[in-house]
Amino acid sequence: MSMINYAAREINCKIVYYGPGLGGKTTNLEHIYGKVKPDTRGKLISLATETERTLFFDFLPVDLGTIRGFNTRFHLYTVPGQVYYNASRKLILKNVDGIVFVADSQVERMEANLESMQNLYDNMAEYGYDLTRMPFVIQYNKRDLPNAAPIPELQAALNPGWEPAEATKARVTPDPYHAGQNLVDQISTGQWVERVPYFEAVAITGEGVFDTLKAVSKLVLKALA
Amino acid sequence: MTNPGAASWSFDEEDLNALTRAVSRFLSETGAHSALIADRAGQLVATVGRPLSFDPMVFATLTAADFSANDQLARLIGETDFTTLFHQGEKESMYVADVARRLILVTLFDNQTPIGLVRLKMKPVVEELTAHLDRAYSRARESGTTQPNILAGAGEEIDELFNW
Repeated sequence: MSMINYAAREINCKIVYYGPGLGGKTTNLEHIYGKVKPDTRGKLISLATETERTLFFDFLPVDLGTIRGFNTRFHLYTVPGQVYYNASRKLILKNVDGIVFVADSQVERMEANLESMQNLYDNMAEYGYDLTRMPFVIQYNKRDLPNAAPIPELQAALNPGWEPAEATKARVTPDPYHAGQNLVDQISTGQWVERVPYFEAVAITGEGVFDTLKAVSKLVLKALA
Repeated sequence: MTNPGAASWSFDEEDLNALTRAVSRFLSETGAHSALIADRAGQLVATVGRPLSFDPMVFATLTAADFSANDQLARLIGETDFTTLFHQGEKESMYVADVARRLILVTLFDNQTPIGLVRLKMKPVVEELTAHLDRAYSRARESGTTQPNILAGAGEEIDELFNW
């Protein structure tokens, strides 16, 4: 739920990093925290267990600049990835403006990715939010590992696409982040399919972290415009 | 494009002044030193009273999470929600109250302030804040909009913002 504070001239938006346990959600936030200027971010808050597993959430507020005299402040949250913590995970999704799904590229984590994606759809649906019409991007993390699954395989499993929500969107739309690929196109059956933007990342080194953040933040602001 | 997720909302300076005036009066009536208003999503709306020695944004987020977690606990024991929470410390305590399921009012006070007084005065101030919010919403409904959309047609400026 974005909140526009006209008195303080601020636009506040909430972005949630979702995904399976140990997939790199907290690492994304840690990298952002380490890289952005201290005067444009707040504290990184982690409600974690003693073994540094996220228990409730991590939280990092960042300012991404001014637009029309309003400061754009993004509140970044992660959820606990472990299946066990669904009640807390669902709470964090409340009033969300944009979602980043951080998938673990390792072949052996495919099932965990799928389970988490299904859980995201279910939790969003319970709030009455339509994920297919919201700012949503996928990050394929851990691309540096030797057992990382090929991107087409991950795309087929986690980003197979859906029918465009509006008929006007049923036209070939190039993927601005991958030359030669489309976000919306027609498959062999004649059906139109819309996919969400995806990014390859190695969160531990920071590769792809800001591309992901920029893409989702831009989608969130455009949804307000 | 409208976001089919949660509804956005906004308030203007007049709304904010009305809220902070009511809370200031509540602070002086009780002797509590500071208050903070956040929305249920954890976004900071205002701070009132003595300046806070910590990051109020972080505080707002944690308070909203605390409130949400307690809401779920309430449901597990058969209540619809807990409208207030009280956290007592050795020197500093806080009293947290729901306002119309939209905002959270956090009152901070030291051990010189009687909790009974905070509790007693909390109810009327919450009612007053609720009335302000109701008026703001009905005004928005009547005019059909809350505020002009400041981002309307800002597509290019948004592109520019992320050009780094």
